[in-house]
Amino acid sequence: MNLEEYKGVYVFAQQVDNEISSIAFELLGKAKDLAKDLNTEVTAVLLGAGIKGLADQLAEYGADKVIIVDDPELKDYRTEPYAHALSSVINQYKPEIMLVGATAIGRDLGPRVSARVATGLTADCTVLEIGDFPLQAVPGQEQLHNQLLMTRPAFGGNTIATIACPYNRPQMATVRAGVMQKIEPIKGAKANVEEFNPGFTPDNKYVEILDIVKSVAETVDIMDAKILVSGGRGVGSPENFKILEDLAEVLGGTVSCSRAVVDSGWKPKDLQVGQTGKTVRPNVYFAIGISGAIQHVAGMEESDIIVAINKDADAPIFDVADYGVVGDLNKIVPKLTEALKAEIAAAK
Amino acid sequence: MKIVVCVKQVPDTAGGVKFNPDGTLDRGAMLTIMNPDDKAGLEAALRLKDQYGAEVTVVTMGLPKAEEVLREAMAMGADKGVLVTDRVLGGADTWATSTTLAGAIRNLEYDLIITGRQAIDGDTAQVGPQISEHLDIPVISYAQDIKIEGDSVVVERQYEDRYHVVKAKMPCLITALSELNEPRYMTPGGIFDAYKQEITVWGRADLKDVDDANLGLKGSPTKIAKASDKVRKGAGEKVSLDPDESVSYIVDKLKVKHVI
Amino acid sequence: MDFTLSKEHEMARALFKEFAEKEVKPLAQEVDETEVFPRETVEKMAKLGFLGIPVPKEYGGQGCDPLTYAMCVEELSKVCGTTGVIVSAHTSLCCDPIMTYGTEEQKQKYLVPLAKGEKLGAFGLTEPGAGTDAQGQQTKAVLDGEEWVLNGSKCFITNGKEADVYVIFAITGTVEKRGRLQKEISAFIVEKGTPGFTFGTKEKKMGIRGSSTYELIFTDCRIPKENLLGQQGKGFNIAMHTLDGGRIGIASQALGLAEGALDNTVAYVKERKQFGRAIGAFQNTQFQLADMATKVEAAQLLVYKAAMAKATQKVYSVEAAKAKLYAAEVAMEVTTKAVQLHGGYGYIREYDVERMMRDAKITEIYEGTSEVQRMVISGALLK
Repeated sequence: MNLEEYKGVYVFAQQVDNEISSIAFELLGKAKDLAKDLNTEVTAVLLGAGIKGLADQLAEYGADKVIIVDDPELKDYRTEPYAHALSSVINQYKPEIMLVGATAIGRDLGPRVSARVATGLTADCTVLEIGDFPLQAVPGQEQLHNQLLMTRPAFGGNTIATIACPYNRPQMATVRAGVMQKIEPIKGAKANVEEFNPGFTPDNKYVEILDIVKSVAETVDIMDAKILVSGGRGVGSPENFKILEDLAEVLGGTVSCSRAVVDSGWKPKDLQVGQTGKTVRPNVYFAIGISGAIQHVAGMEESDIIVAINKDADAPIFDVADYGVVGDLNKIVPKLTEALKAEIAAAK
Repeated sequence: MKIVVCVKQVPDTAGGVKFNPDGTLDRGAMLTIMNPDDKAGLEAALRLKDQYGAEVTVVTMGLPKAEEVLREAMAMGADKGVLVTDRVLGGADTWATSTTLAGAIRNLEYDLIITGRQAIDGDTAQVGPQISEHLDIPVISYAQDIKIEGDSVVVERQYEDRYHVVKAKMPCLITALSELNEPRYMTPGGIFDAYKQEITVWGRADLKDVDDANLGLKGSPTKIAKASDKVRKGAGEKVSLDPDESVSYIVDKLKVKHVI
Repeated sequence: MDFTLSKEHEMARALFKEFAEKEVKPLAQEVDETEVFPRETVEKMAKLGFLGIPVPKEYGGQGCDPLTYAMCVEELSKVCGTTGVIVSAHTSLCCDPIMTYGTEEQKQKYLVPLAKGEKLGAFGLTEPGAGTDAQGQQTKAVLDGEEWVLNGSKCFITNGKEADVYVIFAITGTVEKRGRLQKEISAFIVEKGTPGFTFGTKEKKMGIRGSSTYELIFTDCRIPKENLLGQQGKGFNIAMHTLDGGRIGIASQALGLAEGALDNTVAYVKERKQFGRAIGAFQNTQFQLADMATKVEAAQLLVYKAAMAKATQKVYSVEAAKAKLYAAEVAMEVTTKAVQLHGGYGYIREYDVERMMRDAKITEIYEGTSEVQRMVISGALLK
């Protein structure tokens, strides 16, 4: 493998039902930064059937070039024709970096492709940057520059590791949705579009799709929720939980509560967070009108981000909250919901 | 029917973690469990055994201590255990690990290989699909239901907002999610029986069709540049503002943290 | 002498612990509050072979040693005293005597389903007039043709109404011993549903409230001749020998209760703050915990030793008595201290320690009171 031949930052532009997934735009945003540091271009790789019209969108979000593999075999995602398509693109165009979304598709496609082209893959990266490997120069070892440094959590989030792939190309990474930022779309931007078809011959690895069943949203177990909007005695009444439910809905989160709320009969026990309830580890935990007694904190202190709203400045919840707001939840929460609605609508 | 299940002994990540100087995990120093996704894969295999009749062989790659996880699998009902252990295999990333496991599995007869989606230490979700690539067989990831129909498997393959019902001819590889099922417990008698059984132990020499260049720390294309413990947080910021300012403050923080 | 457990025993303990934490602990409070027998838990345990741990495989059991069985009761009792005693009474007091004294036919008919957990077992010795004075039996069994006819009642029977198979003791005559007329006592196997076998009072208890504790009433209850267990007249010996094994089970239950209370307390004193510090930082707390931990470990060693004795010796009464005596008294002491160290919260039913204290009390009483254990131990010393 002649590493020098490999140039360019490529992004797998995931599409489902011929709609480009948000993760693709987020990766293009990051790809632009990386390409700038490397003084190179951003290329989106779009696989599917009847997808040519999507190229412009990719350009608007930062792609300088779009390689399209359009073939009936690629209509719905199946590991093999997609792996064949993407590895063929890699072998043909030789990118130095290949980014894939860490989605149900990407986490299947990424490893299969990385194995096929015999390179390394680093999954669920939270930070991507260009740097040196080794990070500090080591006597007797060549320090390589312009390497992709991929930072990721491991060990259930207990450690942060920075990985490099110095002797293989492309350097492949998967990134979860919501981690990278897409750019403000540049209306009317055009990319250099190239079509490519490696040819598809169904073999033993092609599976047959018998059915596609779309899911109906179900109630979420609070232990699975990524965002929890949790209410305590301070919410005041079962009816007033509506303002928390509205906030949860806007954020795509779930409502939970403290023991006091369950004891008062406002909410069922399976929503209770705490020592005698459930232990949760969401990305974001809103503690609203919750004093923060240790019995409750024990059930949520491992949350990534804790936002507390309480009118009592001395409430112990502020000892564990990342962002503590002293104030009246009845005034703040509804306004917060409206503000978030506006933000999210604007971003679309 | 012959089923091979890959299982991994992992540190119970509820506790703290330790590192060697080269940045790789000091696995010797921890409380260990069978990786939850793998346990689900094993349970899926045992259910297929219950339903259709099968011989289930569990394979693990790791330190000699990893044999505990094979004993646990056998106490749950697996028939045979294979431990792949060798100093030269240590420090492997997913490429080297999948190469090693494929090399071991080439010695076995199999209709179906089941692996867990991801391990709770590496969290990469790569080894399963990579093994299927090395063995040139189809892979179906994220299985939420598995049935056998003659010489094929019919699997419900999970996506974020839907699932596909997928059919593939055996031999093939399936990766299982811990949500796939509720794994059975071992039985007390099963535990003692499991320890009476012989476990097959293989080293580098027993791996079939593998290149030394692809094994262990040296054979791993990804290299660890740096690794450290995440610092446990204490109190953060606290503000006293009017309601509108409070809202702006929160919205701002949510944006900075990419929540919205 | 190697005090480390084998890998198999460690793995078995991990199994029991996981089951207890996941399946038993979440229900413990509710079982105590509602006094409802945890039938679902029993069915889950049956499927995993927990109801036949020391029974040989050829009789449907797991073929493990008494130590493995003791560890099961211990781990279950750490989270729920009720569940612990259900397994203990079924295994030690019903499976064991049928295993030891039963004919091949009796083993096939009763032991196999009991060991598989398809049926639940119980033991009926105690009567209103016969507690410590077991010879004060009044229940009679009279042979009439091909049947024994039972008349009388038993009280305080664990697994009472929930069991299917009962080992019942009754007077079958008189014998002369050392110039005095004594009751001849025999053992019988009685099935639930046998005409003439009914249930009386359900006892309302201080602790182990989910355990089904009932009065058994026999009114001209006819059972087949074949249901005599062991030799006629050997009933008292059978009862005593069976209780030796049962004491190991109860000692394990007491041990588990003490350990559960100690674990809960250690966790609590690390979190609870008063005077600006965790109360675990105060020496008064520390010294008490040290004493509790030492006693619990001593109890564990006695229990495990008794279990090993059962595996290797024909007679193990003294070992069992020492284990039960000590473990029960330690359980009472440790659970009481646990409540105290929890302060006000220790008295609140949502915190498990008060239930552990209520559960612990009975271990000093049933299957031979602590006084009886002292009689056994001193009797052996002063022979």
